[in-house]
Amino acid sequence: MDFFLSRYRNLTVLVIVIVAQLVLIAYQVKTNHDVPLIRVWAVTAVTPVEQVLEVVRRYTWGFVEDYFVLLNVKGQNDRLKRENGDLKLENHYLKSELSTADRARSLAVFQTHSQSKTVAARVIGNGTGANSKVVFVDRGSASGVESGMAVITPDGIVGKVVDAYPTASLVMLVADPTFAAGVISQKNHVHGTLKGQGHAECLVDYVQNEEPVDVGEWFYTSGDDRIFPRGFPVGQVRAVRNGKVFKEIYITPSGMQGGVDEVLVVLDGVHQEIPDGQAPSPDYKILALPSNPTAGAPAQPEPSTPPSFLATDADRLRQQYKQAGTEQNHVFGEGVPGSKPPDFTKIPGIRGSNTNGSPSASATAPNPGATAGTPPSQQVPPKPPVAKPADAATAPAKPKAAPPRVQPPPAPVESDDAGSEEPKPPAATNP
Amino acid sequence: MTEYSEQILTSPPTKEKAERIRLVWLILIPLLAVLSQVYVPRFVPFLSYLELPLLITLHFALSRRGPTAAVFYGMTIGLVQDSLSHQPIGMFGIVKTLVGYFAASVSLRFDVENPVVTFILAYFFYFFHQFFYWVLARALLGEAMLFDVQQTLIFGLLNAIVALALFRVLDKLKVA
Repeated sequence: MDFFLSRYRNLTVLVIVIVAQLVLIAYQVKTNHDVPLIRVWAVTAVTPVEQVLEVVRRYTWGFVEDYFVLLNVKGQNDRLKRENGDLKLENHYLKSELSTADRARSLAVFQTHSQSKTVAARVIGNGTGANSKVVFVDRGSASGVESGMAVITPDGIVGKVVDAYPTASLVMLVADPTFAAGVISQKNHVHGTLKGQGHAECLVDYVQNEEPVDVGEWFYTSGDDRIFPRGFPVGQVRAVRNGKVFKEIYITPSGMQGGVDEVLVVLDGVHQEIPDGQAPSPDYKILALPSNPTAGAPAQPEPSTPPSFLATDADRLRQQYKQAGTEQNHVFGEGVPGSKPPDFTKIPGIRGSNTNGSPSASATAPNPGATAGTPPSQQVPPKPPVAKPADAATAPAKPKAAPPRVQPPPAPVESDDAGSEEPKPPAATNP
Repeated sequence: MTEYSEQILTSPPTKEKAERIRLVWLILIPLLAVLSQVYVPRFVPFLSYLELPLLITLHFALSRRGPTAAVFYGMTIGLVQDSLSHQPIGMFGIVKTLVGYFAASVSLRFDVENPVVTFILAYFFYFFHQFFYWVLARALLGEAMLFDVQQTLIFGLLNAIVALALFRVLDKLKVA
């Protein structure tokens, strides 16, 4: 053994050292424990020297480095300015790309939900005409695009295809002076023809002056032109004025807002319903009723006072006659000719008018101001007018029973508003 | 005071100074080598290919020509390297132990003062070091390390070139 160790001493040492380290590794791997002592020693021996080196480096090489850095500041400044400019351009480009992506997404959503069969296209160039508003899109006859097809966006119509080539198509925009399309207003369904003007606004022509069109009202495609399916938004009315025969209605095309980059070509259009418009809110402010100065006092009901919705004199007169008939158990319209009519002389307003002896006073008797100023019992009733022969012609047929003689109502009863719904007293009845 | 007595009085300090220098050399140089491997690549990343602890071990083994001393020397440097790494302690220790042993054994048979032999030995032992470490990592730790032969050969070439200059500097320091 001694011979072996002396003869192979180096090898023995090597084996012992290797085995010892293998055992050390095996212990660490097996127990997943470290040997912190050796690490602490090594780190403690190395890190102080490292700190010293770092301090030396900072105050020597760092100083020299700062010196050269200062020498290079101007160049670096120029470089940073250039980089800043490049970054601004890149930022602008990325924003543009993001906007394009948003538009493309909205286009895809619209394409999915639209009933019409469409194909998305991108505007790749403008036409060369001086006044013409035409663009090229990157979809042509190879994609199924044909001349005369409608071109839209989710916001509204854009134009129509005027030429279809295999790989591209020429689209006439709604702003083109030769463009025309049938449109219909949302609220009153007024038909017209949309015409391009060569600029941002379009004209809706052939709308009679009598047709009601409001500013802010939306126009939709009517489907009359057989190009645009019915129900696609066209634009909002910006200005309306009466012309010689037709209104001059200027609208801002909604499909052209913010430029046109991506569009949809309608391959197979499906008509849609015109969306129901909401009633426009009035431009004036509706104030609440003024408070009653005697609000503190208890309210006194006035049964003879006509309701507030009786705005005209005829309404008030009719109300008075109706009240008189109710008090005398008479139902208007049911009495046969010859039956006893109600005694209209008991109506205060009419009696007041009769006292005055002036037919015109009967119209002024139920004046709201007078009624409000004096109680109905104190007012002089007007005198009922005598039935005219002409009224007899319109009298009903002669009944079997004795025909009543009905006093004709005062003049205001003959107005258009009177007796439209409720039965009114007959103008004259022949016995 | 005779001449003999003067020699007795002056000799011991010289020997003590030489021992102190040797001790500092034995401790300081490996420490700087490990330190340089940790610190320098922070600022000069491309110098991370330098395996200075290996070159120091190699120089020690070739110059001392004692396998036992080279075994402990390599083991110590390797363990310090392991301590500053995430690996279990002993990986670099085993590899550098073997390098020290074999380098010292080779130095007993060849003229290692020849630059060509030094270059070849440095090149070979770098490749051996990297390859054996890869074997140990796969065998003992089960790590799926990649061994890029082409890159190792190129880095071995660069380390061998650096070893030629480094060994000359270290030899001059030792003589001084």
